[in-house]
Amino acid sequence: MKAIRTLGIAAAAALAAGAANAQISDNVVKIGVLSDMSSLYADIGGPGSVVAARMAVQDSGIEKNGIKVEVIGADHQNKPDVGASVARQWYDVEKVDVILDTPNSAVALAVNQVTREKNKVFVNSGAASSDLTGKQCSPNTVHWTYDTWMLANGTGSAIVKTGGDTWFFLTSDYAFGHALERDTEAVVLKSGGKVLGKVRHPLNTQDFSSFLLQAQASKAKIIGLANAGGDTINSIKQAAEFGIVQAGQNLAGLLVFLSDVHSLGLKTAQGLIFTESWYWDLNDQTRAFAKKFAPQNGGKYPTMVQAGVYAGVLHYLKAVQALKSDADGTKVVAKMKEMPTDDPLFGKGTIRQDGRKVHPAYLVEVKKPEESKGPYDYYKIRATIPADQAFRPLNQGECPLVKG
Amino acid sequence: MFELLGIPPQALFGQLLLGLINGAFYALLSLGLAVIFGLLNIINFTHGAQFMMGAFVAWMLLNYLGIGYWWALIIAPVVVGITGVIIERTMLKHLYKLDHLYGLLLTFGLALIIEGLFRNYYGSSGQPYQIPAELTGGRNLGFMFLPNYRAWIVVSSLAICLVTWYMIERTKLGSYLRAATENATLVRAFGINVPRMVTLTYGFGVGLAALAGVLAAPVQNVSPQMGSSLIIIVFAVVVIGGMGSIMGSIVTGFGLGVIEGLTKVFYPEASNTVIFIIMAIVLLIKPAGLFGRAA
Repeated sequence: MKAIRTLGIAAAAALAAGAANAQISDNVVKIGVLSDMSSLYADIGGPGSVVAARMAVQDSGIEKNGIKVEVIGADHQNKPDVGASVARQWYDVEKVDVILDTPNSAVALAVNQVTREKNKVFVNSGAASSDLTGKQCSPNTVHWTYDTWMLANGTGSAIVKTGGDTWFFLTSDYAFGHALERDTEAVVLKSGGKVLGKVRHPLNTQDFSSFLLQAQASKAKIIGLANAGGDTINSIKQAAEFGIVQAGQNLAGLLVFLSDVHSLGLKTAQGLIFTESWYWDLNDQTRAFAKKFAPQNGGKYPTMVQAGVYAGVLHYLKAVQALKSDADGTKVVAKMKEMPTDDPLFGKGTIRQDGRKVHPAYLVEVKKPEESKGPYDYYKIRATIPADQAFRPLNQGECPLVKG
Repeated sequence: MFELLGIPPQALFGQLLLGLINGAFYALLSLGLAVIFGLLNIINFTHGAQFMMGAFVAWMLLNYLGIGYWWALIIAPVVVGITGVIIERTMLKHLYKLDHLYGLLLTFGLALIIEGLFRNYYGSSGQPYQIPAELTGGRNLGFMFLPNYRAWIVVSSLAICLVTWYMIERTKLGSYLRAATENATLVRAFGINVPRMVTLTYGFGVGLAALAGVLAAPVQNVSPQMGSSLIIIVFAVVVIGGMGSIMGSIVTGFGLGVIEGLTKVFYPEASNTVIFIIMAIVLLIKPAGLFGRAA
């Protein structure tokens, strides 16, 4: 009898607590950072993304309003099946309300599906595939930081305009590489360039010399690196060794992150041109963020992906506060799209119907060693691509949400 | 000029040479594994992590102490070899009488711990390490541009492999080692300190891995996971060559490097898997490996 009475009291207490903060499921907004925590993309998102999410929760001040927020993280090991099963477990068992970050397009596309099925929220920062807001767009997904179309458009057209009109692609052989290659090829062809050949290499390759030799034999003016992380680093490092740039061919890093440049060193990376949507040294607010972030992340400065996680969490929490509920994923995302975004890192912006977050992009060039004032002072901003031109026009993505 | 399957011969020769260069790494690493397995009966899964440690020690020597590549070639293998000796003395020596599986599990666990520690301190994206000034540049061979550093890799690793083979198969010290693996008790009866010999052998094998790591540092990204992707391939090389066969691992290492190089031309998507396909075929036809003796 006593046990039953205790249970009853506990249930009543739980009900009362539930009523107190309306519709927050299980009384806590649970944020799951699903990323590559241990392999080639771990410095791009990884543990740093968890740091960024925690900072965002703190800066949002949401807990002062009586809403509890919890941040957890997990490693998807770059395997779509692992990513999808973590997502399922998080949503079903751990009562996670929103998944953040998730680099690796193959994993992101899997999580995109699971999130839609479970009617939760997916705010992606780390993955690149423009399919997330294209054919596979979902009313539960926001794609925050960048995508393959943005990279292709920014870097591809800038290079073709300055005379780099014949291309050879070194492509990472999975969803992301294929998307990046496809989007860049379209830009090159549209700008009047030609693609002379391509080679697809397995993810996480140590030795690129064979592929580089094929690129060299093609005599293309530009070797487009449609890969990321450690693969890009190894390609650039070995291209320098084989004298590819000295022989007159140029490298186009289609997706390069701050952490990659740090790892290459300025001596090897100098002169490289690519597109990013965020850099820590843009203005006072971004610098302040970086200064606060770095000590919590082992001295490593934030990448655009980690910045995107920070901004994504802030905006998500704003929408939850406005709705006073985190229960219905579609409604939260609809609210996120309805409210204009405004955060210290990306400034003012919007989220489109297809889930695409829109903000300016920057064409950057890596500084020469003598131009840099020290570690992480790496980029010169060559051009700013305004928000309305940086991303794929809404009607060209074949997103079913837009048609309907 | 003739063309082979649509590939111009220049490109083909270039790829063969590149295959040989990668084969040099496979040979050097599988050699260390073969030595350790042959004499200690331990399947050393820590080998990849020790390869990575070699590269990292070279990087640390340069960044913290200002010691360059040439000294690192000597110091890094010794330092990593000493950590190997400590591992052997404190952990591995208790496992010799047990099944192979225990050694495999222990070394695999150690590899994960070592990689995790390095990742924790240095992150996953790696550290820059430049090619030494003496070996920068390269020469045009007509069919390809050969960087001097790559030529150095092939020559030096071939020399190291042959010296090791000679030491074990042709010298008195080598004959002690081989005798000790056949019958340790009998060799001890002749007054030879077998446990010490075994410890030093493990240290030597680990040192070889570290040496390969230093050689790799200027051309690959010095990152905590640089060894883990290589170790699986190297194990396949050892299995194909025949567990414990010294010459087998050297020849197979170079040979498979070449085959992998050719795959990168004809069907690049399969370049990660071709070695395992060969391994499966070899195991079906000759389970002891190409150069192994059937037990």
